[in-house]
Amino acid sequence: MADGLLEITADNFQGTVLENEKPVLVDFWAEWCGPCHMVAPVVEQIARERADSLVVGKLNVDEHAAIAQRYNVHGIPFLGLFENGRLARHAVGAMPKAQLERALGLS
Amino acid sequence: MAQLHDVVIIGGGPAGYTAAIYAARANLAPLVAEGFAAGGQLMLTTDVENYPGFPEGVMGPELMQSFRAQAERFGATLVQSDVSRVDLSSRPFGVWLDDEEHRARSVIIATGASARWLGLPGETRLRGFGVSTCATCDGFFFKGKPMVVVGGGDSAMEEALFLARMAESVTIIHRRDEFRASRIMADRALANERIRVRWNAVVEDVLGAERVEAVRVRDVVTGATEDIPAAAMFVAIGHDPNTGLFAGQVELDEAGYVVTDGTRTSVEGVFACGDVQDTVYRQAITAAGSGCMAAMDAERWLEAQADENAHGAPARALATGKDG
Repeated sequence: MADGLLEITADNFQGTVLENEKPVLVDFWAEWCGPCHMVAPVVEQIARERADSLVVGKLNVDEHAAIAQRYNVHGIPFLGLFENGRLARHAVGAMPKAQLERALGLS
Repeated sequence: MAQLHDVVIIGGGPAGYTAAIYAARANLAPLVAEGFAAGGQLMLTTDVENYPGFPEGVMGPELMQSFRAQAERFGATLVQSDVSRVDLSSRPFGVWLDDEEHRARSVIIATGASARWLGLPGETRLRGFGVSTCATCDGFFFKGKPMVVVGGGDSAMEEALFLARMAESVTIIHRRDEFRASRIMADRALANERIRVRWNAVVEDVLGAERVEAVRVRDVVTGATEDIPAAAMFVAIGHDPNTGLFAGQVELDEAGYVVTDGTRTSVEGVFACGDVQDTVYRQAITAAGSGCMAAMDAERWLEAQADENAHGAPARALATGKDG
């Protein structure tokens, strides 16, 4: 896992994502998804820049399909912003950083 | 002071990386702004079967990784920043990577093209929830379900064939009564027992509250409408050139492609290659070929400029055989 990024799994999803005091950005991705690789550096950059205010993690949809299904993820990369245990905002597809931050209400 | 480069290449796909390989080997130390879409359209494909040198085929992302590594090996600087704006009216040219100013004696535009959408409200609303332009990304989520592919070209055939491996059925919706895809791809799609074709039909709407449930089509011959049940709709109706950055600065045609003569654009010292200027072929191999041409053209142009300066000649337009 890249610097500052958590690996989100079925085991830690509840504690790390839903019960976190800070907002959590979850990058739903898969190895075989080209645009997921495209957007990965953007997600890493957001994680670096907002290390104090935002928790950022990656969830592999191949390995944790049930969680993806619970949040109606039907297209990846799916960037979900969780706040107080809820999926507050999301963005689907690879996009430049400014656009992603706008879509997630971070800018 | 902004950093000055001999060549800045904007775009990281087969055209941009090939230009980078050639420019780097010509000791021009190119700066390549790959952008967030590094790798380009090939990142969205699986098997590339028509790139020479790979008799067994090669995966698109793997091919791009090799191009990239080859450019790096010869000293190209690759950055994933996005170009936020360019100034092609001053010399050296201005190129802003995010907000960092760079100056370039020559610029190679290789920004490629992006998938075109149908432009329907339902399509925008359900994007990511069954509406997609990337079968290899999103087909996985609809295993065992009926799916629809819109389009009649090679990309549509490729998407349909890929999806047929996992879908209950795939319906290709095409507005005409024959495909414009290559013969081999069309035949393969038509022979697949899980693929059927709805000829002479256009998509009117995508139906579903939270996810795609059906695609409404209208028959262009009879005018009748029909709802085709589907869990997903993949749009493969072609591409539009990524030229928003350059509007008003280099000549574009009505469809937005950069107008080129060889690889020269309307601005001397600015070259273009790959899908951003290709209205005809749009293949990985032709993009790579034109990337090579652009780098060689840029190199020669820079040499000619240096000669002029060395001889103290006044700055003047080179005779290019064509105005503008």
